[in-house]
Amino acid sequence: MSALVNHSLILVVLIPLLAAPLCMLFGNRAVAFWISFFASLFALILSLHLLLMVIDGDVLSYHLGGWAPPLGIEYRVDAANALVLLIVSAISTVVLPYARVSIKDEIAEHHHTLFFACYMLCFTGLLGVAITGDAFNVFVFLEISSLSTYVLVALGANKDKRALSAAYDYLILGTIGATFFVIGLGLIYMSTGTLNMVDLSQRLAPLEDNKTVRTAFAFIVIGMGLKIAIYPLHRWLPGAYTYAPSAISAFLAATATKVAIYVVLRFMFSVFSAKFGFELDTVRLIFFPFAIIAMFAASLIAVYQVNLKRLLAYSSIAQIGYMLLGVALFSSAGLTATMAHLFNHAITKGAMFMAVGAIIMRIGSPLLPKMAGLGRQMPWTSAAIVLGGLSLIGVPGTAGFVSKWLLLTAAFQQGYWFIALLIVASSLLAVIYVWKCVETLYLTPSTSNVAVAEAPLSLLVPTYVLVIATIWFGLDASTITVASQTAAESLIGGGYGGEATVMGVEGRK
Amino acid sequence: MTPSMQIILSMLLPLVACLTCVLLPKLNNLRDGITLVLAILLFGTVLRIYQGFSLGADYSLELIQFHPNISIAFKIEPLGMVFALVASSLWILTHIYGVGYMRGNNEKKHARFFACFAFAIFATIGIAFSANLLTLFLFYELLTVSTYPLVAHKETGEAKSGARTYLGILMGTSIVFLLTAIVWTHVIAGRMDFVVGGILADKTTAGFLAILLGLFAFGIGKAALMPFHRWLPAAMVAPTPVSALLHAVAVVKAGVFSMLKIGVYIFGIENLSLTGASEWLMWVAAFSILAASIIAMQQDNLKRRLAYSTVSQLSYITLGVALATSMGAIGGGLHIVTHAFGKITLFMCAGAIYVATHKTEISDMRGLGRTMPFTFIAFGIGAMNIIGLPPMAGSWSKWMLMVAAADSGQLIMMSVLMVSSLLNVAYLVPIFARGFFSPATGTGSTAINADIPWRERLSEAPLLCVMPLCITAVGCIVLFFYANSITDFLEPITQIPVPEVSNG
Repeated sequence: MSALVNHSLILVVLIPLLAAPLCMLFGNRAVAFWISFFASLFALILSLHLLLMVIDGDVLSYHLGGWAPPLGIEYRVDAANALVLLIVSAISTVVLPYARVSIKDEIAEHHHTLFFACYMLCFTGLLGVAITGDAFNVFVFLEISSLSTYVLVALGANKDKRALSAAYDYLILGTIGATFFVIGLGLIYMSTGTLNMVDLSQRLAPLEDNKTVRTAFAFIVIGMGLKIAIYPLHRWLPGAYTYAPSAISAFLAATATKVAIYVVLRFMFSVFSAKFGFELDTVRLIFFPFAIIAMFAASLIAVYQVNLKRLLAYSSIAQIGYMLLGVALFSSAGLTATMAHLFNHAITKGAMFMAVGAIIMRIGSPLLPKMAGLGRQMPWTSAAIVLGGLSLIGVPGTAGFVSKWLLLTAAFQQGYWFIALLIVASSLLAVIYVWKCVETLYLTPSTSNVAVAEAPLSLLVPTYVLVIATIWFGLDASTITVASQTAAESLIGGGYGGEATVMGVEGRK
Repeated sequence: MTPSMQIILSMLLPLVACLTCVLLPKLNNLRDGITLVLAILLFGTVLRIYQGFSLGADYSLELIQFHPNISIAFKIEPLGMVFALVASSLWILTHIYGVGYMRGNNEKKHARFFACFAFAIFATIGIAFSANLLTLFLFYELLTVSTYPLVAHKETGEAKSGARTYLGILMGTSIVFLLTAIVWTHVIAGRMDFVVGGILADKTTAGFLAILLGLFAFGIGKAALMPFHRWLPAAMVAPTPVSALLHAVAVVKAGVFSMLKIGVYIFGIENLSLTGASEWLMWVAAFSILAASIIAMQQDNLKRRLAYSTVSQLSYITLGVALATSMGAIGGGLHIVTHAFGKITLFMCAGAIYVATHKTEISDMRGLGRTMPFTFIAFGIGAMNIIGLPPMAGSWSKWMLMVAAADSGQLIMMSVLMVSSLLNVAYLVPIFARGFFSPATGTGSTAINADIPWRERLSEAPLLCVMPLCITAVGCIVLFFYANSITDFLEPITQIPVPEVSNG
């Protein structure tokens, strides 16, 4: 048991990684599902354990193969990435049982084991990006998750051929993003000679005026900006979310962009000194306007969508705006809001995409007009969409409200009351697009006479796990707020680079 | 039963009613019966709380704490107690009326209707008992969301667009202004619980205080302060029981109640009068009072006329807060009660007329009093209550508001109240008078056949519709004699309790 705890930092990545080839080796869809499910559950338990260990502000470190950093690769966990690990593994554990049923309809039978293998690879990649303390390792895991994501999105082609072009778009833009990122890494490696994040932060501190380092910073932020889908770099996202299989839409919407945001936060605050981006004012000048544009423009586009999945995708882009805004406020309170919103938006959007997937399974179309009057025929699924929608708007009692509250408080504390007004004004647009769904589901008479059955329990249960979580964390906000606060302080206060408890084998020098 | 158990029970009962309605969509009698029992139980519980509270027991309950000073918590104080009593007592009557109306009118989807109805009561009780701004906001939004399906109940194009206006204005104002105001208050004061005397004294300048008050006043869209009053007439597409309970009592009163609570417990009456931050609000309220009355005069649709009358009457209470005297606040509190009884009577009459004759326009209602005497007499009593004639309870609250205006030397406000009373006469009395004294419109039945005994000439709405409105009409008169006990009960809200001097 103690070995398990000591090596938990590596096991959390290793187990899903090993699960992927196992899925292919057995070649049976049922076995593949159970392998992935247990791997995911295992990762969830470990990440929960890790979060509990670091929630008081401690930092854990693990030296791979016993090689001490900066030479060896180091995995390093503080509250910020423990929270991200938890988000990724929790969402994955909930989505997998859903995927087992939903892919029957969407993906050809002989591709099912492939699906689970890719899913596990993607999962591994996301966890790895979050946990590693080595800059180049981030790139490696990023590519693992991205490449498998392209495959997963393309698997939607069985149902709609447009998934192929969406995956291709994502492939091109994602690769550009990854390339930018690796160029940035190359530049900082050139100027410091190290890749360990803690080591980097010490060596970069005196290099603030160095043009190469500044260029590196720009490359890294823009490269990751593509992965985050910061507003003008968002073009891949709607297509990918719309045409991917339902389970994948839910999984990606809840995790992929969140992990990318985490990477930017980590680089901005822990690797480059926090002042770096802000004293140059680049981040303030870039993040503020683009966050606000995202909040309004993407919401406005969402209002006019007839494809419900696309509507939710644009809503995601708008919500990413809120997260960036928290970063741009550059305060502990602002970062707390961002971290909390990472979590709250993940459970909200995950629930909504799963509910939409259940509807698509029943009526075969993601188009809103086809869903007229479904509120009567699929009461539970429709209610899930409404509850998720309320959380997107930020109605009190839902998770979305908590993050909005934190964000508004942060804005007021900084004296940016104008920003506060923009935040609340943009959520009016959310009211419009959510209510468009509500009116369609409940108040528009059904056009077809075909009776539609309620979604099967195997889809409803995972959906409702997240719906209940949305309400639970809306009412009992203390847990997530405390975790986010610790995370924010670790990021902004430089706790990440401080003293760390070394787990597992003490490194050889 | 411990005090906190009683609070929890008072919230649970309407929730159980809501669940019952969801689970028993087909069994009409059983469902409506259980809901009625639960409504009576709720009233009993609230009475029990009242009893305990007036004996001096401390009723407070912290449900969830997020942070020090951020929590979902309940605390009973006189204003909330009065509001809860009004809402829970009128729920019983409206439920009975609602059953009569929905059946008499062959409306559809009873289960959804009564489920949302019960949920709205749950939210109302939550607002009444809330101990801080966050809790208030939580239940305020729940009330908006749960009443939306009620407004859209008929599912026609008109109902949908009315409901859209309803939701858009209520949710829009609450998100943009109210939430901002709450977060701002929290940042300035570091707390947001309701304290006698307010929490904002000396925390910020008078100018900012005025802006903050504005955010609150317009953020509480349910108080229907002009120009954010449009949702109220729009919501009149709802079935009449909804208009009766929700748009004469629960929803609109939740608005002005929040307004009062924030004025008294967040800003503090003394603070407001010292800084003069509420002076501008007085003028807005006065404008609302007069403009809405004038618009009401031009409405031919009975429910719309009553809606505009409500807009005008709600601003009385806002005016009571804005006058920033203790008399004004208490008068406002009393007006919540008296107006509730008066307006619910009027709305129930409007519904009864619709059920019996399917008439909605005032011009079609000539002579109806002769066939529906109970309804029209009740209407007359309700109308006089709104106008403020003794011996109806409404006269007291109007009187107190007038005294408050005189106290603070606002003679213009006094005259506004007087003119408004005259306007009330002008738009309410003709309905009642024509019902009895004009010849009936339409063909044939103009002459009264004296040979038929009067009993058989009647064509009232079903008994379940008529009985509740008679009770509320009687209530208007009874309250006239007991208004004193309400004001005595409300007295503590404006007084800062004298801290006990410790002997040592």
